[in-house]
Amino acid sequence: MKVRLWGTRGSLASPGAETARYGGNTACVEVLGPRGTVLILDAGTGIRRLAAELSPTVRRLDILLTHLHMDHIQGLGFFPPLHDPEMEIHIWGPASTTLSLGERLRRYLSPPLFPVRLRDLRCRLVLHEVPSGEVRVGELTVTSALVCHPGPTVGYRIGSDEAVLAYLPDHEPSLGARKFPAEPRWTSGYDLAAGVDLLIHDAQYSLAEYPEHVGWGHSSLDDAIRFATCAGVKHLVTFHHDPARTDENLDRMMANAVREGRRFAITPGAEGATFELGTPAAAGHDE
Amino acid sequence: MNQNQHDIEVILFRQLASYLAMPLFIVDPGGTLLFYNEPAEAILGRRFEETGEMSAAEWATAFHPTDEEGDPLPAEKLPLTMALAERRPAHGSLWIHGFDHVRRHIEITAIPLVGQSNRFLGAVAIFWSKRL
Repeated sequence: MKVRLWGTRGSLASPGAETARYGGNTACVEVLGPRGTVLILDAGTGIRRLAAELSPTVRRLDILLTHLHMDHIQGLGFFPPLHDPEMEIHIWGPASTTLSLGERLRRYLSPPLFPVRLRDLRCRLVLHEVPSGEVRVGELTVTSALVCHPGPTVGYRIGSDEAVLAYLPDHEPSLGARKFPAEPRWTSGYDLAAGVDLLIHDAQYSLAEYPEHVGWGHSSLDDAIRFATCAGVKHLVTFHHDPARTDENLDRMMANAVREGRRFAITPGAEGATFELGTPAAAGHDE
Repeated sequence: MNQNQHDIEVILFRQLASYLAMPLFIVDPGGTLLFYNEPAEAILGRRFEETGEMSAAEWATAFHPTDEEGDPLPAEKLPLTMALAERRPAHGSLWIHGFDHVRRHIEITAIPLVGQSNRFLGAVAIFWSKRL
């Protein structure tokens, strides 16, 4: 299984010289299964560049939305495969208690927010509401579960025969846990992340910033590390970088966190980084 | 994926309960007690940390609930049991004996917990000590 980051920024696309290394595009991750199945995790602005590098032989894509905040769906309108009648595209995402996934997507994909309506897309579009337990997509197993973030939001656990990935880009597990992270049963996202080879997890804030943002649905870097420790992951990739976080800021934050004595590797999520899972050399590298 | 973890709605409800000043008691769909908060501890007469999780059969009898006339209340007549069994709010007034052996007159409103996609997650009882 190959994982590539196309957008790692949270909340708002933040292009500029000061964010060039870690990237300014919002959430989008490509997962390529060992037999060619392509999953796209979230459709932030990073999805535009992903589309440009998709194999022309791909005829089915599965877009797994964690939730419908704009930084996770804004790229949908700019994703050419949705306009290709030869493509079969499955969009997975949460409904709300009163609106279906389709109704919720139409709030963005309709005027005045966007000129093209959902019904005008030319691909063969199939919508699936999550959480839907464990489902099979090609050779991959996809499990979704609700997690702690404002509004209906899921995380995903994606497994192949060789490796397991968990994707929790917007997640504040410390909010619902009285003794975080000492009680796995009472920790949001624990089942999704338990023992995975690679965890992509929200780490928007520094420890000093977090108290001003409790309840906003995001984690401090320290809490992301504590969550990863509790879940026993093998590798943590931090994600959903604050839009105001410069590359230099992020380097400084990570320098304190990435120190000896941890049982797992920590890598700051950078646009273009790829991770090969289920192979002897499971380390990531930049493009 | 192993099912070790509670549903997020239950996790967040417990967190909310731990911040509220009104007594709350949370059970899962099978009636197992998952949590009661500090205000509830004062009425039930024991800290939750000492009690831990309890089966429905245990908590339904542990407090020796009786009606206004002092007659024992069967489990199926308790508001929380009714909310679980019938998946509707239920209300009642009854007497209990706390773990501290103090008899208290309480009023209970119980509501079923229904999460996203209409998942039945258990029930919650809110109760008050009645002043006579």
